[in-house]
Amino acid sequence: MRNLGPVLTVIAALIALWYLAVVPMNAQWAQDQARRAGQDLGFAALVTETMSQQRPRLPAPHQVAAELWNSTVVEEWSGRRGFMNTGSLSNRSLVYHGWVTLSATLLGFAIGSGLGIALAVGIVHNRAMDASVMPWAIASQTVPILAIAPMIIVVLNAVGITGLVPKAIISTYLSFFPVVVGMVKGLRAPDHMQLDLMKTYSASGPQVFAKLRWPSSMPYLFASLKVAIAAALVGAIVAELPTGAVAGLGARLLSGSYYGQTVQIWSALFAAAILAALMVALIGAIQRMTLRRMGMAA
Amino acid sequence: MNVLRDSGGVQGLGMVLGLLAAVALALAGAGGQPDVLPLAALLGAVLIWLSMPRLSGAVQIAATGALALALFLAATGLTAGPMGHPSFWAAVVAVWLGAWLLVALFADLPRSSGLMGSLQRLLAPLTFGATLLWLWEVTVRGLDVPRVILPAPSAIWERILRSTDVLWVDFVQTFVKGALSGYAIGVGAALVFALVVDRHDFLRRGLLPVGNFLAALPIIGTAPIMVMWFGFDWPSKAAVVVAMVFFPMLVNTVQGLAATEAMQRDLMRTYSATWGQGLLKLRLPAAMPFIFNGLKISSTLALIGAIVAEFFGSPTRGMGFRISTEVGRLQLDMVWAEIAVAALAGSLFYGLIALVERWVTFWHPSQRGR
Repeated sequence: MRNLGPVLTVIAALIALWYLAVVPMNAQWAQDQARRAGQDLGFAALVTETMSQQRPRLPAPHQVAAELWNSTVVEEWSGRRGFMNTGSLSNRSLVYHGWVTLSATLLGFAIGSGLGIALAVGIVHNRAMDASVMPWAIASQTVPILAIAPMIIVVLNAVGITGLVPKAIISTYLSFFPVVVGMVKGLRAPDHMQLDLMKTYSASGPQVFAKLRWPSSMPYLFASLKVAIAAALVGAIVAELPTGAVAGLGARLLSGSYYGQTVQIWSALFAAAILAALMVALIGAIQRMTLRRMGMAA
Repeated sequence: MNVLRDSGGVQGLGMVLGLLAAVALALAGAGGQPDVLPLAALLGAVLIWLSMPRLSGAVQIAATGALALALFLAATGLTAGPMGHPSFWAAVVAVWLGAWLLVALFADLPRSSGLMGSLQRLLAPLTFGATLLWLWEVTVRGLDVPRVILPAPSAIWERILRSTDVLWVDFVQTFVKGALSGYAIGVGAALVFALVVDRHDFLRRGLLPVGNFLAALPIIGTAPIMVMWFGFDWPSKAAVVVAMVFFPMLVNTVQGLAATEAMQRDLMRTYSATWGQGLLKLRLPAAMPFIFNGLKISSTLALIGAIVAEFFGSPTRGMGFRISTEVGRLQLDMVWAEIAVAALAGSLFYGLIALVERWVTFWHPSQRGR
């Protein structure tokens, strides 16, 4: 809470900067319109004009907020195809598109973190895997994995696998690595003294794992899960691009950029940001709960 | 069987069983006949492995080399001969397990120092990578996977050799113009901004949480906006890269600049060092591990940003453009060729930064242990 004041100040400053940038970014268009209509724009008129364009180069914050509100709550509550009228989510609402992206993200995140944990356990317990897998896991991340996304999607479509799974695979690709790195570090966190103590208890391998290595890796696990879920969201969004704007936040970005609907792009972007923040916060809450029950909370 | 207790014992046993199965299936004549050469090479590998526990010292190292050679002969012999029959698959499994055993043996070799030692450390990952590539090749060719689904590594390699000019043009457009320029601008801006933030505690406390939050956001989503603002050519790609690398770099640098201890800062004060002197002599060097961490993270982000930004519009060249159009034309070998170039460029870039890091932060514990 000590940081609340400074954080709010910084956020306010960012929003103020944004408003300041809106005027010069959109001024050209506003001037052109006025010249065509034969009017001369004063400064005050120019400012109000730049804040309320249909397709601004840079939409004002309140326009984005209004679009976010309209395309979620208003669309579902009173829209013709909204939840209240039809009983199903409207395909024009960000709730629907957000859910499409979120489901792929969560599936990919679940597979990715499971795979990451399994790989980390293998690396810690098997010397051959330690020597051979880890360098390639690192190398795999210097490869722009997102670049493979369109190919995986198209190829899986050709084989007949569509919908959730291809997107989840991209998310898996992006989310397994932080988990591997974090968990290898975490499973190796117990020092020699603790391992020796387990040996004096004549603990078996699985016992050492369950009673010492696994519990002491928890802080590392949660730290890497936070990174992984953000990466999984990015993967799901990018995976939606090549399928050609059907559903999902990535599709909203793409169709927005096709039709010059900047407000739509920005609102999809903010919806993604809010989604990411919520998921990271959720994992943070689980982390605090778990660590407190384990008596490790700071 | 005390060989079982050595590392790689289970894999070695699996190799023996695989060879037996391959021979049995070949004798039964189920579906096709393999060549004799790969099976003989496999038999040689098995014999070497079985004699392993009785060897030591230089002979053991030579035996490991001979095992690698035998497996290599078996692998190349299998790809040259008839493929896809049951005996072939049993032999493939045997070679795969043998390669795994080889990795385990490499990992157990006594460590030498200096250049030989670093070459030796490369052996295990290189064997692993070569095995993966070989498995890919035999799977694609053995199962007759259509070219439009997954091309074989050899086909991709041919494609790379045939279209070096196109690949080079794409590389310059995306990596040199888009990614590198954006990387330089973004990293430079973040470093300067970090110095400003560092001077004001209020800014640091406010910006660090916000920066941490922004660094976790899908910033790649700003790509369509940047394309709209800066046009189709490389400046828009560089702008996406700047946006992507700025916050990770800022957060890391600010953390690094705060990494000195109060004692050390007090010492600088007793020397009556100015802010600039304290920065140059103490705090920047202390921040270097953090800065290089940021540089490494940013290097992979930069290439991703430049490629993905091209999906939203680009001139008719560039790696992202090529990938998305060739996927549409089902020319997957070209797509994989681009991916190989991107992977190579990304790895070299990362490796270069890691090398500079080792040179600059030679004093850090993480560099000394190796």
